[in-house]
Amino acid sequence: MRVSYTLLSGCAGVALVLAAVHAAGGEPAMLRVCADPNNLPFSDADGRGLENRLAELVAREMGAKVSYTWWAQRRGFIRNTLKAGLCDVVMGVPAHYDPVETTRPYYRSSYVFVSREDRNIDVASLKDPRLRSLKIGVHLFGDDGMNSPPVHALGEQGIVGNVIGYTLYGDYRDATPPARLIEAVEKGDVELAAAWGPLAGYAALTSPVPLRIVPIADGKDFAPLQFSFDISMGVRKGDAGLKKRLDEIIAQKSPEIAALLTSYGIPLAPAGAR
Amino acid sequence: MLEIPSLATVASVAATRLGVALLASAAFAGAAVAQQSLAALSSDARNWPMAPRDYANTRFSALDQINAGNVARLKLAWSFSIGAARGQEAAPLVIDSVMYVVGPYDGPHPNQVFALDAVTGELKWSYAPKPDPAAKGVACCDVVNRGLAYDSGKIFLNTLDDHMVALDALSGKELWVTKLGDINLGETITMAPLAVKGKVLAGNSGGEMGVRGWLTAVDQASGKIAWRAYSTGPDAEALIGADFKPHYDWMKGKDLGATSWPADHWRIGGGTVWGWLSYDPETNLVYYGTGNPGPWNSNQRPGDNLWTSTVFARDADSGQAKWAYQMSPHDLWDHDEINENMLLDLEIGGGARKVLIHPGRNGYMYVIDRATGEVLSADPYDTVTVYKGVDLKSGRIEPNEALKPVLDKTVQNICPAPPGAKDWQPMAWSPRTKLLYVPHQHLCANFSTSEVSYIAGTPFVGATVDMYAGPGGHRGELLAWDPVKRAKTWSIAEQLPVWSGALATAGDVVFYATMDRLFKAVDARSGQLLWQFRGPSGFVGQPVTYQGRDGAQYVAILSGVGGWPGVIANAEIDPRVRNGALGFTGAMQDLPLYTVGGSALLVFSLGDGHDAAGAASPQPPAQ
Repeated sequence: MRVSYTLLSGCAGVALVLAAVHAAGGEPAMLRVCADPNNLPFSDADGRGLENRLAELVAREMGAKVSYTWWAQRRGFIRNTLKAGLCDVVMGVPAHYDPVETTRPYYRSSYVFVSREDRNIDVASLKDPRLRSLKIGVHLFGDDGMNSPPVHALGEQGIVGNVIGYTLYGDYRDATPPARLIEAVEKGDVELAAAWGPLAGYAALTSPVPLRIVPIADGKDFAPLQFSFDISMGVRKGDAGLKKRLDEIIAQKSPEIAALLTSYGIPLAPAGAR
Repeated sequence: MLEIPSLATVASVAATRLGVALLASAAFAGAAVAQQSLAALSSDARNWPMAPRDYANTRFSALDQINAGNVARLKLAWSFSIGAARGQEAAPLVIDSVMYVVGPYDGPHPNQVFALDAVTGELKWSYAPKPDPAAKGVACCDVVNRGLAYDSGKIFLNTLDDHMVALDALSGKELWVTKLGDINLGETITMAPLAVKGKVLAGNSGGEMGVRGWLTAVDQASGKIAWRAYSTGPDAEALIGADFKPHYDWMKGKDLGATSWPADHWRIGGGTVWGWLSYDPETNLVYYGTGNPGPWNSNQRPGDNLWTSTVFARDADSGQAKWAYQMSPHDLWDHDEINENMLLDLEIGGGARKVLIHPGRNGYMYVIDRATGEVLSADPYDTVTVYKGVDLKSGRIEPNEALKPVLDKTVQNICPAPPGAKDWQPMAWSPRTKLLYVPHQHLCANFSTSEVSYIAGTPFVGATVDMYAGPGGHRGELLAWDPVKRAKTWSIAEQLPVWSGALATAGDVVFYATMDRLFKAVDARSGQLLWQFRGPSGFVGQPVTYQGRDGAQYVAILSGVGGWPGVIANAEIDPRVRNGALGFTGAMQDLPLYTVGGSALLVFSLGDGHDAAGAASPQPPAQ
């Protein structure tokens, strides 16, 4: 499905009007969320993503409804959405992500190794010598000169000739472009992939072949690289009221949120793990 | 002498791809022009028929009405708003007193094309394509367009969303539209196409998006793709065959575009073609440079990563490569080599040599035999710390091992910084002074590797680039370089990077412009400032000159700050985040104090003896 952004300018006008409409209790009548319309398991335009469900949960607590501004999560996403005033919250950013004000974290996940169960590969460390001979898939990004931590770690050890890069951006006409990496594991194009846990865990739920998900547990071996991240919600800097309200909801609803994460197959990392 | 009659009053409406029609007044009789070859149009000094003015990319005009003696009297003749406040990098084209100009991707009508009377500024027609707004989301470094191409009565436009459009130059009517690339794969087009022998050539942008670079030739009459040469991958797709004879041994071998990469990485390896094309009619060869390899994280792609950061010579008819030369094997620093290749005949070592001059982003001024690809000289023209020199025997650049990027370490004093000593901004040549006029930046950087950034699904860690002014504290320069003596003749230090092109004329005047809103004329021999004009917004455009049908010489440039160093002033980038805009923000934090975005075409003349505005009777546009 081709996603159209042509309504965005129209959305801006509508959103400004909505922002002014507050419910009697002082809470907004509308929780304005910016999200990617094609990025499962996080979000999609049909509301099937984890972050869609989380937004509904939060809105329910506030007695509000959810409205979306859709924008592909690529370079400029925060600038063009949250900072442009098109919404008030982004449901998933790393804790302390500088361009925004972040809430308390609501989960922590890690990079994982993904393989087909029938291959019986139990690699759990980026230092495992078997990585020199396995055919490995990774996400290559490139924008801003950045790459995922496992890519750096592999490169540091000279493990590159057997590593195949899949662009994170992919082909946006396809559903969930970053999922091509996991599909390569399913099809046997690569034997092992190093991927962000939520993407891999979600894929494993519905994969036609059983997948094995093993968290990458390398502690501080590759510092300053880290393989686990706290994930928070992000609001505009200075929006202390909304941040406080979201913090409360995250604290009060943590059992429900945990259940939601589990239902999406998200591998959770222990707090403080690196 | 060709005369364009004053306006015929035929009104027609330009039918466009998606039915957006603006005005199309005045179909004027220009049939005689349409029959002229591009080379002939270019030899008539009154015209500016392609972005670099001529196939050799000299940006030299033989016009001398405006000269070092009278340029101080230059005045604004007319102006025009493009209506899109992003980086205005395009070169206006002028063919027989009609000017064609294109806007960046922004505003209500992105990549809009305007045809203007080059004497009066009257709008003749305009064409508004409907490029996909999502193109803006995948464009690196501002959403610029660097210009149009013209041939045989047609104007050729590249849109940011990868379409090539042919328009009737008289009416603005759309003739054909061809899709060349796909924004869904990260591809965009920002470069000015070049018309050569019945074809139009264009390449893709997107080196930071995991794309695979290519140059594509499109048939002018039908809009059909004639050939496509990929920069990376097997020989069959890089159009490397029996005719390929590189000068250096390490570039000889089968499928080096694939085998000099780790498994399959060439498929996402960059090598985009977003800069300049030049053409030698004598040998029928097209010359161009390719972009940096992707990803920036160089430890992930051991090998030379051919054919990125490479100059190619290709047969214009078939696209087959004749020779290639890789400037920076296994690039570490985003040193694209898309910069122009100027084709000159020089006296070197007592003999006449047909050379190609390539001002490297890596900081070396290459003089190359354009028949063979042999490097005759390669001298640093700005501060260089990351290389130790170019070995002329092997043709290999020697990286400074001490400054290679290492994770968990901030490598300091990286010069030139990622934008290089010079980026896309084109230099000019004067056959009278035998000097190159090189607008460029003067920046160094610290490069570290632990910053966390984010896209949902992929927290990632990568390079943080922090740029700053090079030695001396200035960030830009206009340099006069003697390519035979291999030395600087004079230079002008500028506070900000000089991101505009240069123009040299037979009046011994050199024009260039700065991001702090000054359009300048300097003496071609001494560099002495002769004239300057404070524009409405900072300049990143390309100055051009032409002679109107009223006999007057004009100089034109687009004002409107932007481009990679300029997005901080036009795109709401937070100046406090030093590593924003791929690291350029840190070097440009003060730019918003000097200028904001804008979009004005400015046209200057001496204004004496030529009543420019009254030369043709103005008529209201057709409704």
